[in-house]
Amino acid sequence: MKHLTEYRDKDLVHKLLGQIRAEVRREYVLMEVCGGQTHSFVRSGLVELLPDEVTLVHGPGCPVCVTPLEVIDRALKIAARPDVIFTSFGDMLRVPGSEADLFSVRAKGGDVRVVYSPLDAVRIAQENPDRQVVFFAIGFETTAPANAMSVVQAERLGLTNYSVLVSHACVPGAMRAILDAPGNRVQGFLAAGHVCAVMGYWEYPPIAEQYKVPIVVTGFEPVDLVRGVLAAVRQLNEGRAEVENAYQRIVSEPGNREAQKLVTEVFELGPRGWRGIGEIPDSGLHLRDAYADFDAVRRFDVGDIHSVESPVCIAGEILQGRKKPTECPAFGTECTPDHPLGATMVSSEGACAAYYRYHRPTVTVNG
Amino acid sequence: MSNAPPTNPLNASCPTPLPQHERVVLGHGGGGRLTSDLIEKLFRPVLSSRVLAEGDDSAVLDTGTGRLAFSTDAHIVHPLEFPGGDIGRLAVCGTVNDLAMVGARPRWLSAAFIIEEGLPTDLLARIAASMQRAAEEAGVELVAADTKVAPRGTVDGLQIASGGVGLIPDGRDVRAANAKPGDAVLVSGPIGNHGIAVLAARGELAFDTTLRSDAAPLNSLVERLFDAGVAVHVLRDPTRGGVAASLNEIAKASAVSIVLNEEAIPIDPQVEAASEMLGFDPLHIANEGKLIAIVPSGDAERALTAMKELSVGEGAVPIGRVEEAPAGRVLLETALGPTRIIDMPAGELLPRIC
Repeated sequence: MKHLTEYRDKDLVHKLLGQIRAEVRREYVLMEVCGGQTHSFVRSGLVELLPDEVTLVHGPGCPVCVTPLEVIDRALKIAARPDVIFTSFGDMLRVPGSEADLFSVRAKGGDVRVVYSPLDAVRIAQENPDRQVVFFAIGFETTAPANAMSVVQAERLGLTNYSVLVSHACVPGAMRAILDAPGNRVQGFLAAGHVCAVMGYWEYPPIAEQYKVPIVVTGFEPVDLVRGVLAAVRQLNEGRAEVENAYQRIVSEPGNREAQKLVTEVFELGPRGWRGIGEIPDSGLHLRDAYADFDAVRRFDVGDIHSVESPVCIAGEILQGRKKPTECPAFGTECTPDHPLGATMVSSEGACAAYYRYHRPTVTVNG
Repeated sequence: MSNAPPTNPLNASCPTPLPQHERVVLGHGGGGRLTSDLIEKLFRPVLSSRVLAEGDDSAVLDTGTGRLAFSTDAHIVHPLEFPGGDIGRLAVCGTVNDLAMVGARPRWLSAAFIIEEGLPTDLLARIAASMQRAAEEAGVELVAADTKVAPRGTVDGLQIASGGVGLIPDGRDVRAANAKPGDAVLVSGPIGNHGIAVLAARGELAFDTTLRSDAAPLNSLVERLFDAGVAVHVLRDPTRGGVAASLNEIAKASAVSIVLNEEAIPIDPQVEAASEMLGFDPLHIANEGKLIAIVPSGDAERALTAMKELSVGEGAVPIGRVEEAPAGRVLLETALGPTRIIDMPAGELLPRIC
């Protein structure tokens, strides 16, 4: 773990924080795009060490949080079918749909299995030729290549019992939507390092240019995060709005071309609904017609889905960086990880869950 | 910031909470908040006693001539054998350790075997022999046992329910409610090895590890602490729910705050790597051969020296301290300085481990 320890070096973090303090001369509002970055900021305590002038708003980059309710309700209906083995990343199991979650479906007899990779789901399909195996293909550009690979592999193997329920999200469209939203406060982005590891950052210069915002490709360790903040603050001070790579040990401008090719082969860009936000153009990946046979939506007719969202939770505003989790009246009282009102309290990458787990000094203990 | 709804097209909305669970979910067995919920809300109102309500690892019973510790435990784990142990060793160590954690000297164990039709007999024999070895290691006797066979598909191979009785020497008072402000918090070695070793044995990690479960009886370690004259306040073996769950239970029972030092917590690099990859917090991962000891700070050095004399305690280190406030809360001083909360794990964190 020496490699990681190097990027948690506290002396270096404090030195970089000193540089940020020397640099600040006004208010800065920066958005870290990825939920993994939010967790790292809060978990390491960095969020408390940044100067008051720097406000972090937590972006929509938590795949679990932004999966639309109707997609989750559809997943629950498919998973409840006796002919189906429903496979998913662990995080999705606790996300409440309108009436249930995947844990409850499993408790009622549904065959719901946690997998670490969609390729495990393909293997389960091979081993269970008399069952239908569905993989819940969610995530950002980071998980898209493996999900695409699973479809390609299932086709090569001639599997007729494998399908994917796709709800893929893409970062650039969401960044544009945030910048276009009335009342936007975000002045600069810490772009999601893992997404860029796959996609590179060639998609970002038009955004930086059009909206005059610095975009700094940023990693996840404390040293990475403070480097990202420092770079964004410097750009804002100097009136620059450029795409800058502060995560060079992992990310290159072109990204992983093979992975991108695979994604493009299987998926196409299109509009997508974002839970708590609404539909955003060019922000989702959908199976191409050539792979329509692997689409779980077409394969399973589950009737009409009537999803009901509650007006209580402010996840939408949190995902757009308008509010902090602690500004929600339900935070830590009505809404906890055991009784989440919204997906942002559920996922390990959700902003509310990060605040609840690590950062509630003012909330009193119940009982 | 106004509370007015945001302007379209970015319309904020969110789902309603789920009603109470109508059925038991796996998370109810995770040793975290859902488990407490099940106990507090379902069991306690209809099935309880004064002793059960004390919530320690073993019941402490006054016989008039001395004190008995009595404990019961059920064991399910997949696979049945894994590097460093098997379900039989787990059953013995788990029961012995529950007794030792109230300061008892474990003496007698019972075991009930619920066996799935079709289980290979040579596997069952290996597990039985492993139990005997663990019992000898711990210096306890298996004095009662029962066997049931269940139809194929109704049990996953083998489940073991165990019970244990121990004697508590006079003068010992070890309970979750005994932590005092100023006390030192010690752990007997690196955490998380059991949980990750079992995950790896299931083939659920994308890489190989050389990790072994730490499953071990801890009663000799406890005796060593008392022999050294340490005024032990609290002992816990952080099994399901990990160190985070144990410390939260202690903080709540003692109405104190426990403050950990992130850099002091011993974690094997392989456990750390696997946790990073899977998004787990090592503080939430199960151990089967580690204990947390809370002792007066003046006794801390003596306690550490005593524990290090045994191989099962050779990695003993101080990891934190007990403070008065905020009562019921476990905090962690991060390597960078600021303090954050260590919460109970919610429910099912890992695919079920044991």
